[in-house]
Amino acid sequence: MIDVKDLKVTFNKGTVMETRALNGLSLNVPKGQFVCVIGSNGSGKSTLQNALSGEVSPESGKIIVDDIDIGNWPAPKRCGLIARVFQDPLAGSCENLTIEENMSLAYSRGRRRGIGRAISSNVRDEFREKLSRLDLGLENRLGDLMGLLSGGQRQAVSLLMASLQPSSLLMLDEHTSALDPRIAAFVMELTRDIVTENNLTTLMVTHSMRQALDYGDRTIMLHGGKVVLDVEGDARDGLEVPDLIQMFEKAHGEELSEDSLLLG
Amino acid sequence: MSLIAFLGAIELGFIYGLVALGIFISFRILDFPDLTVDGSFPMGAAISAALIVAGYNPFLSTFIAILGGCLAGFVTAWLNVKLKILHLLASILTMIALYSINLRIMGRPNVALITEETVLTPFSNLAEYLGVSNYMLMPVVFFAFAVVVKFLLDWFLGSEIGLAMRATGSNSKMARANGIYDGKMILLGMAMANGLVAFAGAIFAQSQGSADVTMGVGVIVIGLASVIGGEALLSPKSIAKATLACILGSILYWLAVSLALNADFIGLEAQDLKLVTAILVALALVLPGSKFSKMFRRGAKS
Repeated sequence: MIDVKDLKVTFNKGTVMETRALNGLSLNVPKGQFVCVIGSNGSGKSTLQNALSGEVSPESGKIIVDDIDIGNWPAPKRCGLIARVFQDPLAGSCENLTIEENMSLAYSRGRRRGIGRAISSNVRDEFREKLSRLDLGLENRLGDLMGLLSGGQRQAVSLLMASLQPSSLLMLDEHTSALDPRIAAFVMELTRDIVTENNLTTLMVTHSMRQALDYGDRTIMLHGGKVVLDVEGDARDGLEVPDLIQMFEKAHGEELSEDSLLLG
Repeated sequence: MSLIAFLGAIELGFIYGLVALGIFISFRILDFPDLTVDGSFPMGAAISAALIVAGYNPFLSTFIAILGGCLAGFVTAWLNVKLKILHLLASILTMIALYSINLRIMGRPNVALITEETVLTPFSNLAEYLGVSNYMLMPVVFFAFAVVVKFLLDWFLGSEIGLAMRATGSNSKMARANGIYDGKMILLGMAMANGLVAFAGAIFAQSQGSADVTMGVGVIVIGLASVIGGEALLSPKSIAKATLACILGSILYWLAVSLALNADFIGLEAQDLKLVTAILVALALVLPGSKFSKMFRRGAKS
């Protein structure tokens, strides 16, 4: 369960560049829910994720994950609870380490690292089995450098890596936006399978309203650092992109072009 | 080249192989351009020499010298990680500070060790017992030192912490996202790197018979030359091969130096050594396919 209360984040405070990225954002996500987050540029989507992961420290507000207040935890400590997949396929893995070494790093997420071997034949078998589900032939390339893989392959492996250890929250940051449409669809299907199998509480930021309606259980829209739209269940079923735009305009009295969302 | 010159080059190659391994940790594993080594090498020499002259056990003295080097590397990393000083500048600050500190440790610019008992004395005695010359046995001794350190380093880098350290240098954001405290990894790695360099400085002083405050000048460039040369030689894909390349590169470097100095027709003399090394490193950096070219030529983009 994720409970974000009245979160405020301001960049460049006290200067002419001052921007309020999150303006008292509150969000409650029950366990196992898959939430899609949309919003235009500067709406606070990325800041919300960075505040949750600890890369950005909020001025005020609370972040509670599974009844633990993690507001003061440094970023590496939060990883025991939060798994991430980044937008940039190159950001989620180390290109000059091998596939199995990258997986081993993710395998140790949230655990204490010691001087035991990073890779044993047991974990290697486990990695091979996990990779084989991708059907990309990577199970035979465990010793290859990550940098040899394509963006889509790396993103698929990053997703697997994020699910190697249990976590209270999986955060996906536009993780398909840098991929070509065919690979993006493949990665989204994989996302859906992994989330369902592990019953993961998921927060997926996406640039595509279509994706935000097709996947997950709930769609929220951010604007001006707040949640301005929140639909789930029956109200969400059968909803189309134009409906979403209309709902936003009604709720906010502001005109919204689909472009601004797509670009965000 | 005489046999003595040849074996001397091999001996230096193994000693400086330890420097190359240290530089491999900072430059290649952590992606941290570290000039502290120019100060931590003579620091290792200074601490061990001062303690040996004061009557301490040479092994204990060498051990304390290693700890001194670790501390120096830790300070550089701390300046960078905690005070956010640019890594290169942080290492220059420590290097300059160490010049004064090394003078303080020795109390004078150089300390002679010729008559003292050192960590090498037991091996000299062994050579005498076996009836072989000292210069024949010493390369074997330093070979053993280098090999032990190489395998310890391989073992460490294959551990969970070692892998975490490699991830930190490769992609720190990814490392943090997987629960790695990247700052701590830099502190640990830099301490290890400079501890190794101080160890090399300590045994170098003991094998040469003196410690001198200026003996660190250019160590960084010699170490880099070794690492780059070794990589060109083996193009290593694994850690075990990469550490082997460091040591081989160092031996190659000292053999080349020895050859150049012994070949009178080239007209090189000992004082030209650092110039030649600098030119070699510059050439190695611009050669196509150099892994270092990315690291040292950024910021100079056209």
